[in-house]
Amino acid sequence: MSLSASIRQGGLALMQRIESLFDAFFGAAANPWRHLGALGFYFLWIALATGIYLFIVLDTGIEEIHTSIEYYTHEQWWLGGIVRSLHRYAADGLVLVMLLHILREFLYGRFYGFRWYSWITGVPTVWLVYASGIGGYWLVWDQLGLFSAVASAEWFDWLPIFSTPATRNFLPGLLTDRFFSLLVFLHIGIPLSLLLALWVHIQRVSQSDVFPARALSIGTLAMLIVLALVKPTVSHGKADLSMASATLHIDWYYLFIHPLMYATSPAGLWAIAGLLTLLLLALPLLPHPKQAPVAVVNPPNCNGCRRCFVDCPYGAVAMLPHPDKPGHELARVIPDLCASCGICAGACPSSTPFRSVESLVTGIDMPQQPIGALREEMERKIAALSGPVKIAVFGCECAAQASRLENADTAVLNLMCTGLLPPSFVEYALRGGADGVLVTGCREGSCAYRFGTQWTEERLAGRREPHLRPTVPSERLRLAWADGHEMSHLKAALDDFRKHLQTLSADEKRPRAYTPRRIAQHG
Amino acid sequence: MVSKSPTNPLVLAGQALFYGLFAVIIGYFSTSPDFTHIEPGRSLIKLSFSTQGEPVGECRERTPEELAKLAPNMRTARICPRERSPIKVNIALNGEPLFEGVAQPSGLSKDGASTIYKRFEVPAGEHLISVKMNDNVRIPDFNHVREEKMTLKPAQILVIDLRKDRGGIFFE
Repeated sequence: MSLSASIRQGGLALMQRIESLFDAFFGAAANPWRHLGALGFYFLWIALATGIYLFIVLDTGIEEIHTSIEYYTHEQWWLGGIVRSLHRYAADGLVLVMLLHILREFLYGRFYGFRWYSWITGVPTVWLVYASGIGGYWLVWDQLGLFSAVASAEWFDWLPIFSTPATRNFLPGLLTDRFFSLLVFLHIGIPLSLLLALWVHIQRVSQSDVFPARALSIGTLAMLIVLALVKPTVSHGKADLSMASATLHIDWYYLFIHPLMYATSPAGLWAIAGLLTLLLLALPLLPHPKQAPVAVVNPPNCNGCRRCFVDCPYGAVAMLPHPDKPGHELARVIPDLCASCGICAGACPSSTPFRSVESLVTGIDMPQQPIGALREEMERKIAALSGPVKIAVFGCECAAQASRLENADTAVLNLMCTGLLPPSFVEYALRGGADGVLVTGCREGSCAYRFGTQWTEERLAGRREPHLRPTVPSERLRLAWADGHEMSHLKAALDDFRKHLQTLSADEKRPRAYTPRRIAQHG
Repeated sequence: MVSKSPTNPLVLAGQALFYGLFAVIIGYFSTSPDFTHIEPGRSLIKLSFSTQGEPVGECRERTPEELAKLAPNMRTARICPRERSPIKVNIALNGEPLFEGVAQPSGLSKDGASTIYKRFEVPAGEHLISVKMNDNVRIPDFNHVREEKMTLKPAQILVIDLRKDRGGIFFE
């Protein structure tokens, strides 16, 4: 393993431990680490909403702009002051979660293959976030705003794009009210461009997570309000073009680029920013493991039910008019979008193992792990089990290694993603000889394919199609979500389940045995 | 394993701790640590101008023969070279050289404005500032000169500009 891969693996292990810790207090659905993108959107919504109010009360004259901000900061602190602080801290929070989001996706290796689009389109949003935020500081037109404006102008003047240096705009006597009208226009226009860029960024993920869970939303907003009351945002002194502020209380989330430029040079800052941007853009192009084969539709077994279309986390399944059956639809896989997760195969009603056909072929399948082969593997492994309690475990390649649990009384079927599991396989396993079924996979929010865990949970609970039949006793089914580093947790869950099954008598809450299909066919 | 019930005191305490930490991180780096832009007791001199140098050659009147060769709508009597002179700058502070440079005219034909922007941190206090510029290649010496004793307050910005409409070298 290369040094960079080792560092990434170490960082990922640390990240997963932090996520597990937060799971204990927030639950996966409201764990901020698992929803950094949604949290970023949430901060943006707050910044946009508060920005509307600030725009209404802002007076954009060169003399009046600072005065109007001072008025609602101090005289109207109970509304304007709080709104201003919320605007500022939400913008800061956006940068913080955006950087963590980039780091997390990098550590999880989510920047190549079918994810290249989301990664690449995310890069310009970083620039737009900074352009939006830095412009906001200029609008305050205090000493900090002046400093930022001059520093930014000095930075851009390095590029041969202005016939007259932009810095000359900030010499005494040359600044007019029109400059602030332009700033307001930019401070509205750039965030709107950011919204557009974010819309592009999430185009290839279905059911995008643009609002965090209610508990996380309320907690975050309450946190921002408390922060706004405890440490209200205030301005520096009014901008004075003839004086420089010696000491500035700068916002390091946005304005760190200015000290960095003065510590290096405008060219140096362009080099740093350009190289970082190029590095981010180049990451998907570096050599990576080849993507697994994509899903394949088998038209004779596809009834056009749309479940794969609905469940695909990446919108890789399209429904087209059936060529031979008027009024019917047929699923079609868009290869460029397919993540090769198999969640579609788990959603297909034709994936039921109870079909009496000798060779089980489903409507949409994964060439590397066909449903028919999975049924055969399950039959074979369950038939080979011995011991007082026989358990079938459905594991996930991305989560804790379930295959390490395999022994004489435990059959393990490792899936590409837990979402590939058709719920009827659970019933089939129980009726085929297993005393219990343990389903494991990534914790909610860390599923490599977004919805594998959630869809599986909902299917097994009967809240999503295809559902597990209610006649299957819940006492003989257990879910145990465990990420890659939580092997001990998975082992403990299996031991606990085994003990639980031992307390049940052989026939208690057990579905009636299913006559094996070969016997039914050939017997 | 902690019970995730929202009424579990441990869960509430954990969440409060996280939100508090989140707030501290956002709030602290939003204004801290301070950044010292200019060291105490220092002032800033900015050299900035954007102006055209003089033409590199003399203007002259066209001869009647030259005018006759031109299309009627192009027959302007006076012709000047398009190219502009670069602007040479020399600044000295208390007799010591502070900056010496040349601002080239912009444009492919070198007929645009010469621009420059430089910033110099200097100690606050009284200084003899001597600025010389030449914006005409036909004149061998500096044709714009200004020397002045000035007292710069800490953090004060002094702008040195070249505004020909206001008498040449301009301090503000």
